[in-house]
Formats: sequence, structure tokens, C-alpha cells
Amino acid sequence: MNLLEKLDAAAAARKAQLPTGLSAFGIPIEEIYSPTEARIGERRILLLGTNNYLGLSFAPECREAAHEAIDKEGTGTTGSRMANGNYSGHRALEMEFAEFYQCRSCIVFTTGYQANLGTISGLIGTGDVALIDGDSHASIYDGCILSGADIIRFRHNDMADLEKRLRRLGDRSKNTLIIVEGIYSMLGDQAPLAEIVNLKNAYSSTLLLDEAHSLGVLGETGQGLAEKTKLSSEVDFITGTFSKSLCGIGGYCVSNHPQLDQLRYVSHPYIFTASPSPATIAATRVALRLLRNGNKLREQLWRNARQLYSHLKMVGYQVGPEPGPVVATILGNPQQALALWNGLLENNIYVNLILPPAAPEGKSLVRCSVNAAHTSEQIEYVCQTFSKLYTSIIQ
Amino acid sequence: MVEINQEDILELLCRRLASFANTEQEITPETNLITQLAIDSIKLLNLIMELEDNFDISIPLNALTDVVTVYDLANLIYRIKSNSK
Repeated sequence: MNLLEKLDAAAAARKAQLPTGLSAFGIPIEEIYSPTEARIGERRILLLGTNNYLGLSFAPECREAAHEAIDKEGTGTTGSRMANGNYSGHRALEMEFAEFYQCRSCIVFTTGYQANLGTISGLIGTGDVALIDGDSHASIYDGCILSGADIIRFRHNDMADLEKRLRRLGDRSKNTLIIVEGIYSMLGDQAPLAEIVNLKNAYSSTLLLDEAHSLGVLGETGQGLAEKTKLSSEVDFITGTFSKSLCGIGGYCVSNHPQLDQLRYVSHPYIFTASPSPATIAATRVALRLLRNGNKLREQLWRNARQLYSHLKMVGYQVGPEPGPVVATILGNPQQALALWNGLLENNIYVNLILPPAAPEGKSLVRCSVNAAHTSEQIEYVCQTFSKLYTSIIQ
Repeated sequence: MVEINQEDILELLCRRLASFANTEQEITPETNLITQLAIDSIKLLNLIMELEDNFDISIPLNALTDVVTVYDLANLIYRIKSNSK
């Protein structure tokens, strides 16, 4: 099979065109009306598959800051942080993140993906070990591959399995970076951080926590799982993204280790890319302030999450292990998942469809993400639609 | 601890991989894991975790890039097992 034929084979597997003529992947959104509504084709659709957890994508303060930054600094930086792209806004945002996390320093990356890629590949290398949760995001896998370290997976959230693998490493556990996530994007469950910290300390390893989905969602000020569990000082490196609760694009790593700053000089995903645009940085700085003071938004978010999770469970859907803004329904096979996804879209609800191999253990998922801007009426409509479709598709 | 040699590993692997084969298919050291047994990336990752527990070793994912046949996998397990003594 030549190079292009391999792509043809992948295309054949993907050809899951829906009765509506819309593909489940890369669905064209024509207009965005608000954090919860958009136009797909000619339909006004309720958005239930975004990562806009605090509903800040249209926050007037963020939009105003972005407009002002474009007027003052232009549309792009056209260069790396290591060259001409190191503006005062980038440095100010780093200081604000460091202060938010009460950490010594922060590095801002151009995307969340690159934050993991750059941090992981800068921290470990050939001869070291990356010990990662089996359900880790692709950016974690790719960062580990880029690093050249040995990559070892442990079973998702299985602490006995993590300990077994640390024990097998012997002295190499000291050169091991354990990588976990605050909230896992597929099933919406949280890492058992206290147990992970105990193991990390017992085996003298280093811990990286990715708060991509937990920033803004967990903890008193929205720092994430480390804050919620009061274990921030025990986590060596925290990464995260601007593209979810902060409604921008970019990523960060914070740490108390002074060595973090050295990553700027060794991390290719930091060096060899243009820095985030002035508008992105300006909007993110304002969004971070809103996030820190966003207790009311978090309360609404969690009300919505619990309402949907408990309803789906009550109806009979197999859902993730615990309630949270990511509410995943686990279906018996890809056809059933596709039918449910399509049924929801016919009822003007957009959610995410995740088919093997993207979902863990070959599962097929219809994944909802609620946000603070959803009204209880919108969530109720979603609940009723899921109930109706359970009878026609699942039973 | 009971010593295990490369042939024992190969034999164990052939027995374990029989579940991926159709009824007429014989598993040999030369059997290709992907083209003949249709072991996709997810099945392979699950299989690796199972083998790690069986042999009490850790198999780095990056070591799998050179694994094509049953023999390659047995050889990798043997090398890791030998180095972990």
C-alpha cells in the first residue's frame, strides 16, 4: 500500500455520511449567535458540544480588550517569543498566571497542544520515562513521542496499576514524569490526585497535571483539580489551555521549579512558532480575571452538569463515572452512537460524536459539554430529547 | 524466580494470540500481528498491558515501532525481561 492508498483506506473507514448529508466530523457552522446557539445549515442549533465551560466566548469585556489590542498592536506578531514576538502582553499574562497559581513562573505557549508538547519534550528525553494515564489526550502522547523518553501507560485512574509500574521501574522512577489530567475529556472523570501525589512522592518521581478541562471548572478560584484537592504545592508542573474556559487559543505551564524558565531555550514547540496574537492575549487576560471571580458561573455550570448527568443516568443511559461539565453517554456500538448523534441534530442539538479509535477502549461516545450560559430550560429540552431518543434508539 | 527463555515466551505468545486468529489460522513466529491477525492500535495497547502483567515488566510504547511479527514481540519481551533481572 503506497502513501496515498493508506489515506484512501482511512477515508473509507470515515465515510459515515449521515442521512442529513452532514458529516459528524468537522460539521460546518455557518453563524454563531451566542455561547449556546449557532446556525448549522438552515437550522438554529443548541450547542452542547463546545468547551466553552464558563460561557465567556461573547463576554463584552473580552471582546473590547481584543478590539483594542488589534487597533494598538495589529493582527499578529509574525514571530516567535524568542525573536520579535515577545510583547508586553505575553509577559504580563505569564506574570498573571504565575500569580493566579501562586507559582514562581509561567510560560505561555501558542496553543494548549503545544503547551503539553513543549513542556513534556523539554522536561524528559532519551533514557527518561513518561508514565501516562491510558486515557491521556493526544497532545500528551505526542509530547512524549517528541521527547524520545520511554512511554509507559497505566490503566486509566487505576492507582494499583500506577504503583505496579512505578515499582517495576526501580531506580528509573526518579527519572520518571507521571502525567495525568484534572478532568479527562472523554468520560469527564477526575484524576485521584491525592493518591497520585502519594505515589509520586514515594517513588521520587515528578508530576505533571494537565488542567485543560478543569481550569475554570474546579477549585474555589477555578485553578482546577489541584486547587480543589488542596494539593497545588505537591504538583511539579501544571499545564492548561486558553481554548476552553478562557475562550481563546493558547496554553501555559506553571511551576515553582526554577528550571521551568530553561524550557524557553530547549522547547521546539515554544521556540519555532509564532507567539499568540495580541487580540488573543488581551482577551485571555480579561477572561482570566473573569474566571478567577467566576464563582456564580461555576455554580451555574455545575447545576447544569448535575441536571443533565442525573437525568441521563435515570433514563438508563450508560454515562461516565461522575458528574461534570463533560457528560458522556457510552453506546453499544458506532451505529447506535451515530443514530443518537443524528437524532439529536434532527432535534436541533449539537453534541460530539467520538468513535473508535479516538475513544478509550474502543468505546463509542456521544459526548455533551454543558456550560454556564445554558439556561435550565435549554438543559431541560436536551433531557427530554435524550429521553425520547432512548426509546427509539437504545431500547 | 523461575527463569523464562525466549522459546517459552514465544510459545506463550502463540497460545495467547490464537484468540485473534480465525479457526484455520496457525500462529507461527513469522505471523504478522497487523496484516494477518488484524490487531489494531487499541487491541495492541490492551494486549501489551496484559503481557506486561504476565511477565511483570513494562514495555515502552516506543519500543513497539519495530515489532511486526510474533517473533519480534517475543524477542522484545525477552530483552526487557532479561534487562530487568
